[in-house]
Amino acid sequence: MISKDEVLKIARLARLELSDAEVEKMQKDLSSILDYFDILKNIDTLSVKSYNKSSLIINSNLREDNTIFEKSENNDKLIQSAPDKKDDYIKVKAIL
Amino acid sequence: MELRDFTIKDINKGLKAKEFSATELTKTYLDQIKKTDDKIGAYLSVTEDLALNQAKQVDEEIVLKLRSGQEFPILTGVPCAIKDNILVEGEKCTCASKMLENYIASYDAFCVKKLKESGTIILGKTNLDEFAFGSSTENSALKVTKNPCDLSRVPGGSSGGSAAALASNQSVFALGTDTGCSVRTPASFCGVVGLKTTYGSISRSGVIASASSLDQVGPLAKNVEDCEIIFNTISGRDLQDATSVEFKYLSVDRQVKNLITKKPFVIGVPKEFFSKGLDKDVEKIIKNTILKLEDQGFKIQEISLPSTEYALACYYIIQTSEASSNLARFDGIRYGYSETQNSCLVGRQSNAKDQNLLDIYLKSRGIGFGPESKRRIMLGTYTLSVGYYDAYYKKAQQVRQLIKQDFAKAFEKVDLIMGPVVPFPAFKIGEKFDDPLSMYLADIYTVPVNLAGLPAMSLPVGKTAKENLPVGLQIIANHFEENKIFNIASIIEKIV
Repeated sequence: MISKDEVLKIARLARLELSDAEVEKMQKDLSSILDYFDILKNIDTLSVKSYNKSSLIINSNLREDNTIFEKSENNDKLIQSAPDKKDDYIKVKAIL
Repeated sequence: MELRDFTIKDINKGLKAKEFSATELTKTYLDQIKKTDDKIGAYLSVTEDLALNQAKQVDEEIVLKLRSGQEFPILTGVPCAIKDNILVEGEKCTCASKMLENYIASYDAFCVKKLKESGTIILGKTNLDEFAFGSSTENSALKVTKNPCDLSRVPGGSSGGSAAALASNQSVFALGTDTGCSVRTPASFCGVVGLKTTYGSISRSGVIASASSLDQVGPLAKNVEDCEIIFNTISGRDLQDATSVEFKYLSVDRQVKNLITKKPFVIGVPKEFFSKGLDKDVEKIIKNTILKLEDQGFKIQEISLPSTEYALACYYIIQTSEASSNLARFDGIRYGYSETQNSCLVGRQSNAKDQNLLDIYLKSRGIGFGPESKRRIMLGTYTLSVGYYDAYYKKAQQVRQLIKQDFAKAFEKVDLIMGPVVPFPAFKIGEKFDDPLSMYLADIYTVPVNLAGLPAMSLPVGKTAKENLPVGLQIIANHFEENKIFNIASIIEKIV
């Protein structure tokens, strides 16, 4: 079973605040799911060359890396959805 | 006007013959939603103003076109429902999460834009498992959706609202998304047609990301022909999604004799899809359907997809890893639920000034996300974290290659693959809710398709003897061979 400390560490990395009850339930749920994932340990994947990126997803439509100027009404719409804002800016708590 | 079980073609004919107007039709569907959705719970929001405005415009256009003898697109005036993780400009897009409960979309998803351009009318946004995480729609933070075939049961998920809206005649068709099962499972449980499309065939622009290498938009419809019309309308290349491609599909040939005269048309049946855990009733219905195809002259061949038993673990590692990364954007700063202005914080801090950025992240996400979203973010963070990456994420990516190879080998020998969609019919609401792993096991036959990026349809082929619940047949094709699926599905539709 995965420990309470481990759950708290992962939660911190994931930026999630969990209640005590949630931590307890998470220990149980994560453990049973991670145990199930162990089924993969038995497969021989040596034949698969370190998964090569080309066989994953083909990004066929990459555009040129140019600046795109958005219409100001689009900017307004995006800023409108921010919970805390002032004029054209999104407010963020001081980091330093 | 009276509500009928309209198909897309029925509506096109009716509009052309001036039997009804788009406005009358739209009002009829809006009435039906008002009358029946209290019971079903398919819609999270009904976009009545948008729908009536669209209908008015469509009616004006139709008058002009008819007067000048011009054709109009076949979807013109057809009412539809959109899963609430797909953006419709100016309307709420909640993802069935408290996190986005009040979020208003600032633009149209590519598929929505295509539908609007063809004159489709949007009735509303449908319920889903929060952020499309689930197979029953029970993980919605906003509403319970019931299966119209049996109100004590789940509609399947995550596009459960879309399937339930169709099955209760509250829409003509609907859009869903499929990351691991989410179009096919609800289609199977509610008895409608659902298509998971080839990865890259429909742009994901404007679809709120769950797991980007797996997500695809897909149509849910009442029959195969409708499904094909919708697919043809919304597929294609889009500059906003670098993985989308323009593909020229061959036209559909619905004659059995044309399909099998030139060379045998082979249907592969993977033995791994009929292993233990498969409901006897479901097995019987699927096998009977396949036998009927054999009677028609199709060649049936047993095949093996040996990596199938590893697909579920592989899927849930990749899905949660990508989801944990995608959901990092919900930070309480740019949009969505936020604790940023909440000055009465409980616990550690007593006033807002002392609150730092990390607290806003922790609290906004801690309150905004529901239990399954948190579970998946935690799992993904774990499998991507230092010390576990190789054992989980990298291993899963390698296994994904094996699964792809299985299918590639199979398609050298067969034209299509068939089997069940879900091992059992719709289950009772609450039955699997407390045990996440048992819920995940419902996806055992559907996730390999997403890992390989293939198209697959759930086609209703029968009902269970005991409880009269719909059962879907899964038809899997090679990449960009949706046309083969449409072919055979329209044949099966006639013989079951």
